[in-house]
Amino acid sequence: MSQPSQPGTVETTYRDAVREAIREALHRDPAVFLMGEDVGRYGGCYAVSKGLLAEFGPDRIRDTPLSESGFTGAGIGAAMAGMRPIVELMTVNFSLLALDQILNTAATIRHMSGNQFGVPLVIRMATGAGRQVAAQHSHSLEGWYAHIPGIKVLAPATLEDARGMLWTALEQPDPVLIFENVMLYNMTGRLAADAGAVEIDKAAVRRAGRDISLITYGGSLWKTLEAAAALAGDKIEAEVIDLRSLRPLDDAAIMASVAKTRRAVIVDEGWRSGSLSAEIGMRIVEQAFWELDAPIRRVCSAEVPIPYPRHLEEAAIPQVPRIVAAAKAALGRE
Amino acid sequence: MADFRMPSLGADMEAGTLVEWLVKPGDRVKHGDIVAIVETQKGAIEIETFQAGEIERILIDVKTKVPVGTVLARIRTADEAKPGAGEAVPQPPAPPAAAPPVVPAKIVAAPSIMVPAGAARVRASPAARKLAAEHGLDLAAVAGSGPEGAITHADVERSLAVGPAPEMKRAPGIDLDAMRLAIAAAMARSKREIPHYYLAHEVDVTGCEAWLAQQNATLPPDRRLLLGALALKATAIAARRFPAFNGFYRDGRYEPSPSIHVGVAIAIRGGGLAAPALHDVDQLPVDALMSRMRDLVQRTRLGRIRSSEISDPTITVSSLGERGVEVLYGVIYPPQVAIIGFGKVVARPWVVDGSVGPRSIVTITLSADHRVSDGHGGALFLSEIGKLLQQPERL
Repeated sequence: MSQPSQPGTVETTYRDAVREAIREALHRDPAVFLMGEDVGRYGGCYAVSKGLLAEFGPDRIRDTPLSESGFTGAGIGAAMAGMRPIVELMTVNFSLLALDQILNTAATIRHMSGNQFGVPLVIRMATGAGRQVAAQHSHSLEGWYAHIPGIKVLAPATLEDARGMLWTALEQPDPVLIFENVMLYNMTGRLAADAGAVEIDKAAVRRAGRDISLITYGGSLWKTLEAAAALAGDKIEAEVIDLRSLRPLDDAAIMASVAKTRRAVIVDEGWRSGSLSAEIGMRIVEQAFWELDAPIRRVCSAEVPIPYPRHLEEAAIPQVPRIVAAAKAALGRE
Repeated sequence: MADFRMPSLGADMEAGTLVEWLVKPGDRVKHGDIVAIVETQKGAIEIETFQAGEIERILIDVKTKVPVGTVLARIRTADEAKPGAGEAVPQPPAPPAAAPPVVPAKIVAAPSIMVPAGAARVRASPAARKLAAEHGLDLAAVAGSGPEGAITHADVERSLAVGPAPEMKRAPGIDLDAMRLAIAAAMARSKREIPHYYLAHEVDVTGCEAWLAQQNATLPPDRRLLLGALALKATAIAARRFPAFNGFYRDGRYEPSPSIHVGVAIAIRGGGLAAPALHDVDQLPVDALMSRMRDLVQRTRLGRIRSSEISDPTITVSSLGERGVEVLYGVIYPPQVAIIGFGKVVARPWVVDGSVGPRSIVTITLSADHRVSDGHGGALFLSEIGKLLQQPERL
């Protein structure tokens, strides 16, 4: 993500943008606090919260035991009691230990209390593969969370969204899960010096095109943009849609793009079967069937536990050549 | 009870629009009666019943488009009619000159054979289908550029852009644009699927001309015979002797036809072309053949072809007559396997009995399906037609 230097922008990383978002939230609202494993003294397993303990102290940057269910449940209780907790789970894999709290408590309280209580909780976690940390740290299960009514699921893919989504999420009356792809933390680029909160309910067209819609989110966005650039070399103008919010999905943006291009490829680092890509494909069929010119295609992860060896890990997850091939196939230009 | 169904009037027909009912419940019909008019790409077709009886119920309203095979009406067959009714006696069998019983079986069976086969189904995207439906365009006539040759939205747009304003030249019963699309589809399919081979044979028809002049000398103008009638008859008789040119190639195999129904290629003013059948041409006397031909040409140009005529030719004859060129090679109309072309009759120096003299010569061509026949058989077939034309009085 190299952009020309612009006035009023600063060079930053995705990691720093997330940290700035947390710092801003801590400054803005004394009810905000961050908790999770190693977020304090160690600075977070991806160094996102490095330095925050020194700046804000142990009341607001709280190291927790290795007990996802316990501290997520504590976060829910704190939120119900008027606080605005940010719970960090190291990876989506470990979040399954807290799934009972997320699904059975956080997502249901508003409904089960007859709208008497909400859980204004934000849970951040890393997701995705590519860093050779093997199967138990590499899966992309955000699509599972997008299945759950009662929560919002966000996937910031750009510096702006990494910087801006957190505060908007903290303003929600109900739980919001933010999925940060591990491959994005080191991404550098320029961000407006005064960047702040962004909307979280719209998909974004990251590249306009008329021939095919490439629908993606999170870590796959940049591979998809690279694929779109490659396709442009073959005179194929691909439109790249960054979903940004996985729940709710911005159906209108998806359908508008598909109605324009008449073809869609969904790029999703999740496994294909029963995936978010399956949901998006089905919605297109339900809402835009008559606009289609070709079968919808998907580029997903191989249905295996993500392997440790680099070449196998790369082969398992969506990569640029597969996106290019899928787009060409949808256009009948194999 | 018998079902009267939307017939298939050609391999590419998927649906037809019912435009007129000529019967009402309670009417008695007999074999061959025209009961309804259906609008297809080939124009308005008069649909006959092959079932005698009483119209019990009409199931489809006019102006309704229904798929081939849809039951349009129910006919109470003669033997089911109420006892006591005077006409309850079963209808006498149709005269042998009329279409043989194989015809109804074929037409009724057609949908069940063609629909599941799937090969004829057009592969088109939903967007293309929507756009085509909005403009009443038949997708069979559109070439696809999408994945696996599927017709895309852009293909339909191109097709629509090419088509001229349809209302201008529409004759009653004939939509020339739709007809052009149907011809395009059938001929494209023919050239794609049928390995054609072509033979030509020059035939001396001086004798035919003399015989026709003699016959016509005593006939009023509206009953005069034309060379075309002799050509049809000679072709039909030759086809009886060479069954490899008279029948249908379907589902990967050839079915010779026991009957000889010759499709006559008829040009329609404004640019269309239809090839409806004259039935059992090999059994018709030449004068009867001539009057049937006149009637057929007239009705075709008015857009009033009958369903049996459009759906069952077993071989086609195309003749450009006096306005044409000397040689024409036809494109086979699938699923037929041969088409005979008659060029213009020209005066030529010709050797007869060792000396050169002026003779009237016509070039007869054969385009035939190489999956079914070979050049050797084709040559024998063509030369048989030539031989038959040497004795016009015996045709």
